[in-house]
Amino acid sequence: MKVTVTVNGSQVAAEVEDRTLLVHFLREQAGLTATNVGCDTSSCGACTVLLDGQSVKSCTVLAAQADGRAVATVEGLASGPDEMHPVQRAFRAEHALQCGFCTPGMVMATISLLAENASPTEEEVRSALEGNLCRCTGYHNIVRAVLAAASDDAKAATAQAAGQ
Amino acid sequence: MSILGTRVLRTEDPRLLTLGGTYVDDLRVPELAEAARVTFVRSPVAHALITGIDVAAARQAPGVIAVLTAADLNDLAPPPPDDGSGGNEAAPLPLGGPWAEPLLAVDRVRYVGEPVAIVITDDRYQGEDAAELVSVDYESLPAVVGADAALAGATLLFAAAESNVAVTGGAPADPAAFDNCDVVVERTIVNQRLAAVPLEGRATAAEWADGKLTVWVSTQNAQISRFVLAGVLGLDPGAIRVVAPDVGGGFGAKVGIDRDALAVAWAAKHTGHALRWAETRSENLVGMTHGRAQRQVIKIGGTRDGRILAYRLEIVQDAGAYPRMGGFLPFLTRLMAAGAYDIPHVEAASRLVVTNTTPIAAYRGAGRPEATAAIERAVDLFAAEIGRDPAEVRRINLVPPEAFPYSSPCGPVYDTGAYAGALDKVLAAAGYQDLRAEQAHRRERGDVLQLGIGLASYVEITAADAAGGETARLVVHDDGTATAYTGSSAHGQGHHTAWAMLVEAELGIEMAKVTVIHGDTDLIPMGVGTYASRSLQLGGVAVHKAAVDVREQARQLAADMLEASAADLELDTERGVWQVRGDPAASRTWAEVAGQAGDDGLAAEVNYTEGQPTFPFGTHLAVAEVDTETGKARLIRHLTVDDAGTVVSPVLAEGQRHGGIAQGVAQALLEEMVYDADGNPLTSTLVDYAAITAAELPSFELLRSETPTHINPLGAKGIGEAGTIGAAPAMQNAVIDAVSHLGVRHIDMPTTPERVWTAISEARESQ
Repeated sequence: MKVTVTVNGSQVAAEVEDRTLLVHFLREQAGLTATNVGCDTSSCGACTVLLDGQSVKSCTVLAAQADGRAVATVEGLASGPDEMHPVQRAFRAEHALQCGFCTPGMVMATISLLAENASPTEEEVRSALEGNLCRCTGYHNIVRAVLAAASDDAKAATAQAAGQ
Repeated sequence: MSILGTRVLRTEDPRLLTLGGTYVDDLRVPELAEAARVTFVRSPVAHALITGIDVAAARQAPGVIAVLTAADLNDLAPPPPDDGSGGNEAAPLPLGGPWAEPLLAVDRVRYVGEPVAIVITDDRYQGEDAAELVSVDYESLPAVVGADAALAGATLLFAAAESNVAVTGGAPADPAAFDNCDVVVERTIVNQRLAAVPLEGRATAAEWADGKLTVWVSTQNAQISRFVLAGVLGLDPGAIRVVAPDVGGGFGAKVGIDRDALAVAWAAKHTGHALRWAETRSENLVGMTHGRAQRQVIKIGGTRDGRILAYRLEIVQDAGAYPRMGGFLPFLTRLMAAGAYDIPHVEAASRLVVTNTTPIAAYRGAGRPEATAAIERAVDLFAAEIGRDPAEVRRINLVPPEAFPYSSPCGPVYDTGAYAGALDKVLAAAGYQDLRAEQAHRRERGDVLQLGIGLASYVEITAADAAGGETARLVVHDDGTATAYTGSSAHGQGHHTAWAMLVEAELGIEMAKVTVIHGDTDLIPMGVGTYASRSLQLGGVAVHKAAVDVREQARQLAADMLEASAADLELDTERGVWQVRGDPAASRTWAEVAGQAGDDGLAAEVNYTEGQPTFPFGTHLAVAEVDTETGKARLIRHLTVDDAGTVVSPVLAEGQRHGGIAQGVAQALLEEMVYDADGNPLTSTLVDYAAITAAELPSFELLRSETPTHINPLGAKGIGEAGTIGAAPAMQNAVIDAVSHLGVRHIDMPTTPERVWTAISEARESQ
């Protein structure tokens, strides 16, 4: 079947099998490999992207379900390594990533969280990220980064990204 | 001021945050443009004879290029004959001989998940379909699961070996060991089987072209992988290039190159097709090696006033189906059995047994967490028996500062330490007496939520293979930039940042101008890689020494340029220029000096080895809250001193501690790979395997302590595994402490609600 998805603002159209998962569509048809596959039970959150502004685990969504809709991945957040999104900047400033494999999903989950709750408590952050596993950081610095990103100057950009 | 010890942000992060890393499955290199997909057919049963494999239907399926089984392995040289030595216990190598492990199962499978056949297809979905069509006839055999079944030997995994016991080690027990003790406590405890769960599972791509094999593999050791590939495939190492691209976590389970990855590389050469393989998580949880899996009998004795006089540790190490690391893991446990204590008599013995389960290998700590968990439980049991505070019993018995270098009765020589200092620092920061008072109040009131305070004072061994060393090559280019090639290997630790810091500190070439390259054997043929918390103290020191060498070469070049004596030259590391001492007006930049170097450029190559390992130490204190009605335990505070000598990068060192603590707490509270009596894994997805989440952890309270080692010029010890080693027993001790007033003395890890609730119920019934 033919699927057309707006990915990070650009249209991507491809002929795919009906059973093609959105994450495989992003990685193989759209050529965007930042979104990773970390499990096969929707448990780890490494594949988290925004679908029409809502965070989804893209291993649990068929490419067909995203037909005609807009997907945001971590590649679309920054205009360059020096022009990072406030959440990306916060992750760097707080050393919230080590191997980097969970990071794209973690960043997208954070953007979704802050769009829903602009000033979360530590407990709310921990609860909201329960579906995103990280094996390197012990979550300590991820939580700090999310709280830092929730500062005032970050909110506008976060809302904008979530609204794309 | 030196950049070392300052809070430098990572250079790796902008790329990882904006584009994502380039892990094996992300590679879009031309060599792999036409690569086909590998899907493994794995054994669904724990122990069986293979009586037939029918691949005809699979070969007819859409997109199938080839289906390979053990019958196709005919182009491989047979394994070397068994020399009868049984392997070197102190070397982490497969035993071989009668215990040899094939690439694909030949006539018998020995664990669920064992590779039986390889399906090669155009794309991944076709591979999953075709793998279902491979028909394997299994004739079921009794499964050997657990230490008792292995030791009983009613069923043997390897008939030619005539036993399920692969390696024994340590001294026989001294019957008089506990004769002079007032109090003796003995207990059997379990250090359960864990899965490493790096977020990126195993992944390999391979291409055979023009007589050269290129293998991209998610590994901690590209150079070791090359030598293993050469041996298995019968190729000259020069005909192999191994690349470790970005690696999504390893935790010991990606040391070297394992059977599945070797099979992918072989299949690429055998078929001539470029291939890709990235396992699913369900494959990972049964196919990647597991860790820990020891049953321990601990016996501790001493005086009523708290002096420990004797300690015995007897280990049965489950090796899983194939002893991939020989007897190395229980060897390390025995080596560190005495822990941080000065105990006059310590003995440790081990038996390594094979079972019909996934093979066991290194997992963060690799033998040392098992030693620490045993002695830290033993000390708490001893303290409870004599009715004294566990902190006080620790203080009485810790190796005193004046005793260093301290020769452990188990063999190693601990280099430097301030063990009681670490304990006292943690107790003070936690407000230990206040916590005990709060605990007493809750006990008096009979609160449902009881408080537990758990301690673990540890010492561990890092760079255990210090003599194996590490390589570095540093080149300063005539544009003033530098490139550092390292044999060490990064998979999240931040080597690129730390190595650039070391170069800047020594040469004044700013970090932004320093490129660090690792994990490509064409560029770095010799190296060891990353495990055993060895990177900084071997690979980092190698880079440091290469920088010192380059500096001294540059001093002479600059002296010639400035027509001065080399002795009068100084390097201004703030400006990154050479000048005659006291005359900053006439100076030469690194670009100018490098331009004067000969044809070989301004470069230095170092293979740095250390005479002995180093011994980080510390104390962890966990505060647990336990619901006595449901048995649910929670970590509410975790404080640590993790003293790994001089800290080069506080940011990276803290990150290592955070991650280590979480994995240790995960072992104590949640995680376990569980098998049923038939050898079926019950926790083979992330729905069932309880990998710890953010919601189950608090923020951690890290305390600073730096006691340098004299073993290397940086004064640094390893920090990669300390967090895990200290955290698991502190957490376990905290849970038990929370319910000790109810009569509970021990609960095995993981301290799940069911286990805690059962322990409380049994204690109440027996009173």
